[in-house]
Amino acid sequence: MTDWPILSTVTFLPLVGVLLLLLTNGEGANGRRNVLNIALLTTVVTFIVSLFIWIGFDNSNPGFQMVEKHEWLSTGISYHLGVDGISMLFVILTTFLMPFCVLASWEAIEKRIKEYMIAFLLLQVAMTGVFVGLDIVLFYIFFEATLIPMFIIIGVWGGKDRVYASYKLFLYTLLGSVLMMLAVMAMYWQAGTTDMTELLKFGFPAGVQTWLWLACFAAFAVKMPMWPVHTWLPDAHVQAPTAGSVILAGVMLKLGGYGMIRILLQMFPLASEYFAPMVFALSVIAIIYTSLVAMMQDDIKKLIAYSSVAHMGYVTMGIFAANQQGVQGAIFQMLSHGIVSGALFLCVGVVYDRLHTREISAYGGLVNNMPKYAVAFMILTMANVGLPGTSGFVGEFLTIMGVFRVNTWVALFAATGVILSASYALWLYRRVIFGALEKEKLKALLDLSTREKFLLYPLVALTIFYGFYPMPVLNATAASVDLVVNNYSAALAAAKNLALNVH
Amino acid sequence: MTAELLSQSLRLALPEVILAVGALALLMIGVFSGEKSAPLVTGLAIALLAVVGAMLVFMTGDGQAFGGAFVSDTFARFMKILALIGSITAMVMSMGQAKALELDKFEFPVLLVLATLGMMVLISANDLIAFYLGLELMSLALYVVAAFSRDNLRSTEAGLKYFVLGALSSGMMLYGMSLVYGFTGNTGFDEIATVLSSEERGLGLIFGMVFILAGACFKISAVPFHMWTPDVYEGAPTPVTAFFASAPKVAAMAILVRVVSEAFLPILSDWRQIIVFVAIASMLLGSFAAIGQKNIKRLMAYSSIGHMGYALVGLSAGTETGVSGVVLYMTIYMVMTLGTFACIMAMRREDGTYVETVEDLAGLSSTKPFMALVLTALMFSMAGIPPLAGFFAKYFVFVAAIEAKLYALAIIGVLSSVVGAYYYLRIVKLMWFDEPKGQFARVSGELRLIFGLSGLFVVAYVLIGGPIGSAASAAAKSFF
Repeated sequence: MTDWPILSTVTFLPLVGVLLLLLTNGEGANGRRNVLNIALLTTVVTFIVSLFIWIGFDNSNPGFQMVEKHEWLSTGISYHLGVDGISMLFVILTTFLMPFCVLASWEAIEKRIKEYMIAFLLLQVAMTGVFVGLDIVLFYIFFEATLIPMFIIIGVWGGKDRVYASYKLFLYTLLGSVLMMLAVMAMYWQAGTTDMTELLKFGFPAGVQTWLWLACFAAFAVKMPMWPVHTWLPDAHVQAPTAGSVILAGVMLKLGGYGMIRILLQMFPLASEYFAPMVFALSVIAIIYTSLVAMMQDDIKKLIAYSSVAHMGYVTMGIFAANQQGVQGAIFQMLSHGIVSGALFLCVGVVYDRLHTREISAYGGLVNNMPKYAVAFMILTMANVGLPGTSGFVGEFLTIMGVFRVNTWVALFAATGVILSASYALWLYRRVIFGALEKEKLKALLDLSTREKFLLYPLVALTIFYGFYPMPVLNATAASVDLVVNNYSAALAAAKNLALNVH
Repeated sequence: MTAELLSQSLRLALPEVILAVGALALLMIGVFSGEKSAPLVTGLAIALLAVVGAMLVFMTGDGQAFGGAFVSDTFARFMKILALIGSITAMVMSMGQAKALELDKFEFPVLLVLATLGMMVLISANDLIAFYLGLELMSLALYVVAAFSRDNLRSTEAGLKYFVLGALSSGMMLYGMSLVYGFTGNTGFDEIATVLSSEERGLGLIFGMVFILAGACFKISAVPFHMWTPDVYEGAPTPVTAFFASAPKVAAMAILVRVVSEAFLPILSDWRQIIVFVAIASMLLGSFAAIGQKNIKRLMAYSSIGHMGYALVGLSAGTETGVSGVVLYMTIYMVMTLGTFACIMAMRREDGTYVETVEDLAGLSSTKPFMALVLTALMFSMAGIPPLAGFFAKYFVFVAAIEAKLYALAIIGVLSSVVGAYYYLRIVKLMWFDEPKGQFARVSGELRLIFGLSGLFVVAYVLIGGPIGSAASAAAKSFF
């Protein structure tokens, strides 16, 4: 097992699917079925293979595991892969969500299904690569490469204003990332290497850290997205096809959070401490302000998009609390949000496929003829609110607890956000599901089909499972988070000692 | 010069000698076999260039010839091979549709071979006189080529405009050379460097250097000497534009690199200001001015202005990393440009008319999926999005700039690359998001081959980039 390059396999396995798709003729009903089968098979196989990463993962080892390292491009950049407790579960999340994306597009995507699936598989390669890449240039390459397929997915298969949304997504994110590219170069110049394992140990001088932190923060804050650079997200979500929204909310937003832990917190501890109050302020604004904005939306997808921004506020807050609960909570919150918001977008997709509208006012009383749908939607709504017993609760509770130890005011404001999230989520649920079934169009709707049950039930089950028993996740992350937090406080203590000695 | 020295010199300059003799032989063949000989001469010219290219690949001898006026080193060989690839590709592009474009005269390949000879001399020049000779041989052939479809108003206008402005820049350059000669007493690059490092530089010498740099910037079409580019690109027949955008730029960039990092290296801080300014101006103008363009050839003109700005970012560092970045940038730029122009050549309606507006690409992904795929890869690569080749090109020049602490330059550079991404995205958007407006005719095999190879290169750079990167850094070692 040790010699088998499992991370490379998982990362690049979707390319095999791409190759097969290129060789298939996607025309006609048969061609369409072939394309769908190949895509589904590829993603399922990739998921199964990726489970071996979790099985082979040693929870007690805080360092990087399953490392692969080769010379690359003969210019100091290395092809270096590895996972630790922070990144491993994100890899699983990515491979886990992909089959759902394929299933969600089974009927919804009517034109150019072949190109669509190719774009998704390429996107999967890039996203997995971000989490396993241990060379900072490699990380950046994968991080940026996600933009190309996403741009095409939104632009070709999106809604009415798809061009605007895709441009906004692309240029916004690119603007943030190019600054990170300069930071990457500056780090290379300072440390003489682009290897993350070396950079983690390097210890950048305090003054340099500030600038590098700001440049990288620009990239991650846009990707996350944090208030006030979140405005691309609602547009992108609303216009993207269902599967695009799932992957956007489920995985792409996590690239930002992962980057914050890996690069900002681990490489620039002094700057992270210095800027933590600013991040707290932005997080609190995000939580409260975007919750209020979410309440006023009349488009279901837009509402969930704003709620994503609010939930990411808990993540940023937890990360910069920089203690065991905060960081673990942030990771848990990201994974849970990946499942819950992904599933919510799938829920929206279910009714959108039937009625082709996302206006909340077009719905009402669905509980009468779609009871199974109503139950699934309810559990997911509760998870989004953070009801105890769902995975949403664990993440929110841990992050608030983590930040409470650092700053009680921030915790207080963040906790009010929970109330606000309950109000918008429940109100949405009431308007869509409850009430009398009056609208003529709605009366003919059928409940979940077998395919849709396959889509929603596993996610609902996971939400509840992790709500009651989060230990598999927490055990896997504990050792690595411990290391991160200890290194962080050690770096701060060293800097303090140095300052005392100078005076 | 003794016989022994002469034979040694000739051995080093053997590729150039062969090319010169070959060009004259081709001219004879053309003259004596009359009007119908164009395809034959084109074929022979391609073979000649390929033979010379193969010689350069296998040639190893480094050294100076003709009393130091001519130098053969790794850098020169690398850039010459690039220039030859550019010339060969442009000639192949012109073959299929020579008749429709009025390029079916035997003078055309002969002029391209002569221009290529000029470039090779220019790349190997180690002396102001050789520099000027190479430059003029290249330019005079280019002026004629620009106006080659002589019954076409736009082509003749392009040729005339190029000639007038080119003559002006040559004049300025010659004036600069005379000043440098006057203030240092030498024309050889090595001797100039020795003089400059031993004594205080005078103001007159700076003037001379500025004029020389201005002349070189004209040839690479860097701002503020870029005015001719959009008109010439638009007016000249497309294979000629492809040629202009590739080989001569490589050659002019090579001599610019050589002159600043050999002759003027001791006064690095003086020329750095100029290059930094030119780089910033080119990057900004290239990004902003391209946004409003409707003609795709004009758009490519502004795009190439921008790309020259990025390449100069590497040069402004004045270090080995910087020069290696420039070499890599020019390599990747040339491949992308040739591929894009092959796509532009393929924009031909069923009735044989060529279309040139960006809008004509609408819906290409459903009418010509392969071409759309390649052009998409090329556009994202030009915008510098990883994992395509264009990203690595930008990465290495900006690394050099950061190393040299040119932070402002690097920040302006990356920000203007975001603006630039906008118009590359527009092309992608037209091809993928919009409905087709009309069909293009079947794409001929040689164009398919060119853009296919180019697309393969930008996509597969992550796999094949290693040897190219090593070759670029070996080339940069020639100076430092």
